Amino acid sequence: MQTGQDSLEKTVCETTVEIKNADGLHMRPAMQFVDIAGQFECDISVSNNEIIVDGKSIMQMSMLAASCGTKLKIKAEGPDAQEALNALRELVEDKHFDEPTPKEKNNKLF
Amino acid sequence: MEIKKGIAVSPGISIAKSLVIDAEDYRIPKRPIQPPQRLTEIQRIKNAFNGAIDELTKLEAIQDQTEGSKIKDIFAVHLRFLRDRNLKKKITDLIRSELVTAEYAVSTTMREIASHFTKVKDAYISERAADIYDIERRLLKQLLGKRREDVEHLTEEVAVIARELSPTQTAGFNKDFVKGIATDAGGRTSHTAIVARSLGIPAVVALEDLTEIITAGNIVIIDGNRGIVIVNPDEQTIQQYKEYNREFLALEHKLDAIREKPAITRDGTKITLLGNIEFPDEAEIVLQKGGEGIGLYRTEFLYLNRATEPTEQDHYEAYAETVSVFKNRPVVIRTMDLGADKFTQSKRFAPEPNPFLGLRSIRFCLQNLVLFKTQLHAILRASVLGQVKIMFPLITNLQEMMQAKFILRDVMEDLDEESIPYNRDIKIGIMIETPSAALTAFTLARDIDFFSLGTNDLVQYTLAVDRGNEQVSTLYSAADPAVLRLIRTVIQDAYKAQIDLSVCGEMASEPEYIMLLLGLGVRTMSITSPMIPEIKQIIRSVTMEDCNSVARKILTMNSERQISSYLRNAARKILPEAF
Repeated sequence: MQTGQDSLEKTVCETTVEIKNADGLHMRPAMQFVDIAGQFECDISVSNNEIIVDGKSIMQMSMLAASCGTKLKIKAEGPDAQEALNALRELVEDKHFDEPTPKEKNNKLF
Repeated sequence: MEIKKGIAVSPGISIAKSLVIDAEDYRIPKRPIQPPQRLTEIQRIKNAFNGAIDELTKLEAIQDQTEGSKIKDIFAVHLRFLRDRNLKKKITDLIRSELVTAEYAVSTTMREIASHFTKVKDAYISERAADIYDIERRLLKQLLGKRREDVEHLTEEVAVIARELSPTQTAGFNKDFVKGIATDAGGRTSHTAIVARSLGIPAVVALEDLTEIITAGNIVIIDGNRGIVIVNPDEQTIQQYKEYNREFLALEHKLDAIREKPAITRDGTKITLLGNIEFPDEAEIVLQKGGEGIGLYRTEFLYLNRATEPTEQDHYEAYAETVSVFKNRPVVIRTMDLGADKFTQSKRFAPEPNPFLGLRSIRFCLQNLVLFKTQLHAILRASVLGQVKIMFPLITNLQEMMQAKFILRDVMEDLDEESIPYNRDIKIGIMIETPSAALTAFTLARDIDFFSLGTNDLVQYTLAVDRGNEQVSTLYSAADPAVLRLIRTVIQDAYKAQIDLSVCGEMASEPEYIMLLLGLGVRTMSITSPMIPEIKQIIRSVTMEDCNSVARKILTMNSERQISSYLRNAARKILPEAF
């Protein structure tokens, strides 16, 4: 699910991602998230159903306290909005913050 | 105006602006600031963030990559927080809108964030609150560390207000500007109290919640005679206190006049009054107050007010300076009494569960021979400069005493080999400050030159009372029959063995105990210098006959309360102004 609205200078994009790593969005993943978000010029906000936070602030991101399975809506506004979303989706869903998913974690035990 | 009652631990009156020192280990009270102060507090926040970032960057850099990435990750996360503009803004906004101190704004904001985590059900995430507390502490340390430095570089007169003060903190106080001290915690014999007395700064402790009701910059009266602290006094009260202070100084002045007179009882018994010191520059004060030497030179402060361990030369210079003031009068140097509440704990990886019963004092020295020998080497080297004596603290049995003496002989041989001169016949003594030493004093006396009764620890260990814990500190009393029996035993055993004995604990500087101590047979006392004139005045006002009868009477009494009230009454008759 992805929507793009092109205007003259301002691009606004939105996407929803799911937390896939077993331990959820704890400190280290939050750090990876803001590090990547910080590389882009666009404003990035992230929301669960309760609060909307600044995707470039580790304090705010960590306050989302998103556990495995949580869906987060990411909204980017600015010239490189689409690239930012792609990079963040890759981090959260494809790489799942370089951490094991619940399945991988359980398999490790055997 | 608010009046608080605590325990008076160092005499004198001070009227000054308060300087409040918070502690990162305790809840930071909400303390209001004036609108113009906002910019200062915001600047302090910026400095604290920058300082914390520097500190963490350095810590991160020295983390070995091979130790696993976990620790590096933690530091990296904390650094992201410290660089997060949102976080800094949240804190500075609080200062702007609520007009609170930087410390309070940091603490409140970080705790609010942490509370978000603790509410989360996922255990892994909720544990992250610990990271937030860690960052909070790091920021507070920056803010408070700066505050502590400020105390060392004061330019105006202040009264220092704190929850409690460490020996290291008080050691850095500049007497010209710190006019009074008041703390929430502490007792009569806590180190804050001892240091305040030796520096002659009025102090009141055990005020419980003073730090919560006071604001930096408030005028505060500290009455170290009556144990009262008045916050924001009205004009009338200030005038009353100024008058009272004049009277008090006049009495002190009167006592100073007897400085040149000897400490002799009315019926002609000569008593030797020595001074207790912590720093070499106090030696001069002892002399000014009429002390005849040093009966207890506490050497721990060589370790406490510096970042690195003192060298042998550092030791030597401190001792030489002190000895030179006294020429051929006695200077008893006590080997370091580190441990428990001092120094060694901060070096430990995990704190001892029971430090007062742990590795402290002579025990610490016997397990850290390099440190111990360094000090002994310096003392011996200084022994040719005057009448230096060595004293070992916290001896609990004969074996420990012999071991300490053996090591001293070892160091003497080293000096022989180095052809460094020293006094071969240096007098060696021990502190009697544990019940076990008191009970075996008869045996210990055979192999030692002198005893010094350390009543502070003796009371603590005999009565099993922590002298710094305000909840039980009323149980702490040298007038307890059990303590007095031990003291009498030690005095008798020293007399039988014909060795010298002195009392160097707080007991000897409390006017009400003097007659009793003389009656029990004490002829040498070592006390805090400001008390020398007053104690001398008492000695000059009594007869040995009176003292003997007080002691006989006391030894028949079985309750601490009965004994203290009897002693107070007896002393009041001698020197009414002192009570």
